[in-house]
Amino acid sequence: MEEALAVAATRAPAAAESHSGPHAVPVKRIVPPGRFWALDLKELADYRELLYFLVWREIKVRYKQTVIGAGWAVLQPVATMLVFSLFFGRLAKIPSGGLPYPLFFYTALLPWTYFAGALAGATNSVVENQRVITKVYFPRVLLPLSAVFSGLVDFAIAFVLLAGMAVYYRVTPGPWLAFVPVFLLLAMLTAFGAGLWLAALNALYRDVRYVVPFLIQFWMFASPVAYPSSLVPERWRAMYGLNPMAGVIDGFRWAITGENPPSIGLVSASATAVIVMVAAGLWYFRRVEATVADVV
Amino acid sequence: MAAVAIRVDGLGKRFRLGERERYLALRDVLARAVTAPFRRREGGNGNGAGRAHIWALRDVSFTVGEGETIGIVGRNGAGKSTLLKLLAGITLPTEGSAEIRGRVGSLLEVGTGFHPELTGRENIYFSGSILGMKRREIDRKFDEIVAFSGVETFLDTPLKHYSSGMQLRLAFSVAAHLEPEVLLVDEVLAVGDAAFQKKCLGKMNDVARSGRTVLFVSHQTSAILQLCSRSLWLERGGVRSTGPSREVVAQYLASLQTGTPGTLDAATNRHGRGRVRFTRVWMENSEGMPVEHVMSGERVRIVASYESAGGEPLANSRFSIAVEDMLGQPLFLCDTSLGADDSWPRPASGRVVCTLPELPLNQGRYLLTLFLEAYGEVQDWVTSAVGFDVSEGDFFGSGRQAPSGWTNQCVLVRHKWGFE
Repeated sequence: MEEALAVAATRAPAAAESHSGPHAVPVKRIVPPGRFWALDLKELADYRELLYFLVWREIKVRYKQTVIGAGWAVLQPVATMLVFSLFFGRLAKIPSGGLPYPLFFYTALLPWTYFAGALAGATNSVVENQRVITKVYFPRVLLPLSAVFSGLVDFAIAFVLLAGMAVYYRVTPGPWLAFVPVFLLLAMLTAFGAGLWLAALNALYRDVRYVVPFLIQFWMFASPVAYPSSLVPERWRAMYGLNPMAGVIDGFRWAITGENPPSIGLVSASATAVIVMVAAGLWYFRRVEATVADVV
Repeated sequence: MAAVAIRVDGLGKRFRLGERERYLALRDVLARAVTAPFRRREGGNGNGAGRAHIWALRDVSFTVGEGETIGIVGRNGAGKSTLLKLLAGITLPTEGSAEIRGRVGSLLEVGTGFHPELTGRENIYFSGSILGMKRREIDRKFDEIVAFSGVETFLDTPLKHYSSGMQLRLAFSVAAHLEPEVLLVDEVLAVGDAAFQKKCLGKMNDVARSGRTVLFVSHQTSAILQLCSRSLWLERGGVRSTGPSREVVAQYLASLQTGTPGTLDAATNRHGRGRVRFTRVWMENSEGMPVEHVMSGERVRIVASYESAGGEPLANSRFSIAVEDMLGQPLFLCDTSLGADDSWPRPASGRVVCTLPELPLNQGRYLLTLFLEAYGEVQDWVTSAVGFDVSEGDFFGSGRQAPSGWTNQCVLVRHKWGFE
C-alpha cells in the first residue's frame, strides 16, 4: 500500500481525466491529494456548461426573490452616489479633478459595487452549495467563478444609467472607452482572487462570513471611491496601487470620462498584485478543495 | 471476463473524529493558538495534537467488469457511502487508488441541486447539468423526463409549491435519465411511496441491463438480489466478503441477527424520517406469551411497539410487516391498508398488533421487515430487523410436514387435491 501511495502521489493533479487514444474512454484516476495543485484547464473546459448553468441559476434566483428585481442593481450605487455627492462633495469639498460630483462618485461606485457584490457572493459560494458539494463532483472553483460572472448582470444594468449620466454631463466619448473592458476584467480578477481565499476560508472557518462585510467596508476606504487617488502622496502611489481596486477605479474613471489618466506605476502595481492574488488564491483553494466535502 | 471498468486498489479514507459534526470557528483557532503555550499536552477535550482519527474505509480492493452491476451491502456506517463518494471524486482518499474507465455519474441523493424558487423546468436543466448531462442531452430527453415524472401541468410552477412526492418524482426522473458509462447509486430507492419505488426499481433494472456498469448501494437486499449478480459486503470500513449476491446477502443478513432479540434501538439497517420509530418487536404465541419460537400453523401475534416525538395521533399512517426468507426476499406482506379498519384510532405511541390466525410458514428461520409511513413520508423502515424460528407444527391438520428441502423458505397454503 505504501508503494501504491508513492506512485499515486506523483500523479497529480488528483482525480484528473486523461485521454489516451483517438476514441478512448476517459480514465479517471482517484488518488490521494498530491503536493502540486495545478488548475486542470481541460477539465474546466469540459465543465463550461455547468458554469453557465450556475451563473444562470444565481441570476434567476436573485431576481425571483426580489420585488423590484433589476432595480436593486441601480438603487444601491445611485443612493450611495447621492450620499457621497452631498457629504464628501458639497460639504467636505473633496477635489474631483474637474468632474461633476455625481459623475465622479458614480464612475467609482459602479466597479466598486460590482466588486463588493462579487466578492461577497464568492465568499459564500462554497458554503451555500454544501449540499451539492457533498453529493456530486465538479471542479469546485466554478462556484466562486460563477459569483464573479453573475455579478456582471447588475453591472450591465447600472452601466446603462452611467451612459445616461455621461450624456447628461456632456462627456465626450473618446478612444479611452476601449479600456472599460480592461479595467472591468481587472475588477473581475480581483474579486476572483480574493474570493478564492475567502470562499476556502469560509468553508473552514464559519465566522469568516461575519468578517467579510467589515473587510469590504475597510477595503472601500482604502480605494479611491470617495476621494481621488491624487490625494495620496506621489511616492506612496505605487504602494497604494498594490490594492488592485485602486488601479481599477482610477482606470475606470478615466476610461469613461477621459479625464485624469491613471498613473502607469499605480496601474501596473495593481495588475501585478492581481496576478499574484489569483495565483495564490488558486493554490490555496485547490488545497482546501481536496477535503472541502469532508468539512463543509 | 469483460474489460475492467473499476479497479480499486487499497483504498482508504481517514476522517478526523468529529470533523463532520462541527466546523471550526476562526475564534477557536485563534484562542487555541493564544492559549497553546499554557495548555498541557495531553489534557483537554481531544481537540489537541493527539486528536483521534477514524478510518471510514481502509484497505479496500476490488474490481468491477464493464457492464457489471455490483451491489454493496453493509450496516449504516460501514463505509458504503464513503466508498461511493471516493469513486465519484467528491472527496479524495487518504491512501490507495482507484481507476475508473468511462464517464462517471453519481446519484447519491435524489434532487441534487434542486432549488425551491426555480420552476420544474428550470430545475430539470440545472439538476441535469450538475449531475453531468450536457445541455443538448437534456433538451433531447426533456419530454421523456417530464413524462416519467408525471408533473407536466406544473412545469412552470416554482418547486416550492410542489408536494414532497412530486418533487421526489421529478428529481428521480432527472437522475434516471443520466447515461454515464459508470453509475454510482446510493439508497435512492428508499424514498417515495411504494408505487413510485416500484417504478424506480424498474428503471434501475433497465439501466442495469443496458450494459452500463453500476455500483448499487441499498439496504433493500431484495432489490440487490434482483439487480446485481455480484455483491460486496462492507463492514467497519473493510471488505468482509465478495461473491455471488445470494451468498453475500445471506451472510450479511445472518450477521444482523446478533443483537438483543426484539429491541430495535441498535438496529443499523433502518431508514426514514424518524418522527415515529419502532422500538421493539416480538412474537406472541396462541397463549399470548412472548416467544422466540413459534409453531407452524398456530395462532401468532406479531407485536411492535412504536413511539413518536410529538403527542398527536398519527395521520395518514400505514404500518406494514413483511415476512422474508433469510436472503431478505419477501414471502408475504401484512399491511394496515389491506387488513386494518381505517377508523381505528392510531395513538402517537403504542403497539401495533398483527394477528395471523394460522402461521403459514414451514419450519425454519425467517426475517421480519417493519415499515411505517405517516404524514406522507416513510418514518421508519427497518429491513430484516429480527429473525424468528418456526418449529414443526400442524398447519394442514394432518400432522404431516413439508419435505425437508423446503425448510427456511416455504409459505404454506391450504389446498386440496383430486384426480379426474
